[in-house]
Amino acid sequence: MDEGLKSELQKQGIFTTTLEDLYNWGRKNSVWPLSFGLACCAIEMISASMARYDLARFGAEVFRPSPRQADLMIVAGTVTKKMAPQVVRLYNQMPEPKYVIAMGACAISGGPFKQGYNVLKGIDRYIPVDVHIPGCPPRPEALLHAFMTLQKMIDKQKLTGKDRARHFDPEAPSEFPVPKFGAHDLEPTNNPGVWQPPVLARGV
Amino acid sequence: MEALEQIKSRVEAAVSGAKLEIIRNDSPSGQHSLLLDNAHALAVAKFLRDDAELRLDYCANATGVDWPEAELTEKIRVKKIVDGVEKEVEEVKKTLRPGYLEAVYHLYSMEKKHGPVILRFRTENRTDKNHLPSLTPAWRSAEFQEREIFDLYGIVFDGHPDLRRILMWDEFKDFPMRKDYVEPDDYEYEPTPHDEVLEKVKQHQAEEVKA
Repeated sequence: MDEGLKSELQKQGIFTTTLEDLYNWGRKNSVWPLSFGLACCAIEMISASMARYDLARFGAEVFRPSPRQADLMIVAGTVTKKMAPQVVRLYNQMPEPKYVIAMGACAISGGPFKQGYNVLKGIDRYIPVDVHIPGCPPRPEALLHAFMTLQKMIDKQKLTGKDRARHFDPEAPSEFPVPKFGAHDLEPTNNPGVWQPPVLARGV
Repeated sequence: MEALEQIKSRVEAAVSGAKLEIIRNDSPSGQHSLLLDNAHALAVAKFLRDDAELRLDYCANATGVDWPEAELTEKIRVKKIVDGVEKEVEEVKKTLRPGYLEAVYHLYSMEKKHGPVILRFRTENRTDKNHLPSLTPAWRSAEFQEREIFDLYGIVFDGHPDLRRILMWDEFKDFPMRKDYVEPDDYEYEPTPHDEVLEKVKQHQAEEVKA
């Protein structure tokens, strides 16, 4: 609908909207995160949900103890290789539409433990991440900012058409392969459907 | 606290057959340690815990050390006949020290407020004879730490109540803290590689080119 006409009508006391707007507005203001934390970032996440930073203002105060009731996964902290399959399994158990925020340097890249043998070099190797938050650990404000970024993203999602949201695309997977514990490393070491190493231009 | 020499002689008197050795540490910390013989390690541990003078009731730390096979070189002076004249010549003597694994325990006394007394014991080699007696029957606090040593160094503790991997998963085959551990090759993407990582990235890329 034409934005100009919409505002003209609003001045006359007639409010118009689209189903898409209504649907997205409802979803973006009631994002329920899954309550789990892996390391120091989780403390910041808890802090963000408490009175001082008050995540409840965004309709996200109900941290759900069950993945069935959550639509946002905040991967807060270091994902070790031993923990990675469980994180992917939890993601698989969440119903669509679902979103992922990777919180902190460890969750997005392995952080200071990147060169270690036991830490996953970023959870985006196995599940699709919507918002990455850098920082070690990021402050609660950074999480709030990520939240607002996610809300803007949800608001822009289309219900139909070629660029429709992932959960309306029957081709797009909603479950991702859970890596197995191998003899030397996780198998596979990443999900090529989700993450592929960036091609580096190598010097001559 | 008593001197280590005194502890050593008292232990040897109390536990029949026990043979201890003092490993000197000549660094400024001067933390000398007692090398136990594996057969009597648990008996010695229980003596140290229960002895009225020592009462080492708190095992604060247990960890492992990997000593791979190493070539030791030392300079010795040898008398040799050079051109018919006997002379003292410096010679480099090389000896091959076989590899072994070592467990180290730091003991304190809560009651007497002293410590640490440091215990060590060693396996025969790094491959098949990698068993040591567990000290968990003497100190409960050693339980998780011995599991960690088992997990990361591959020392098998006989007499441990629950010897499983603790940090890595059960299917994992390697021992990451051993010096010959080969890390998984996951250096496909390094935005700013440097030092050791740069070497690993180069290796990874060389394999890529070959394939």
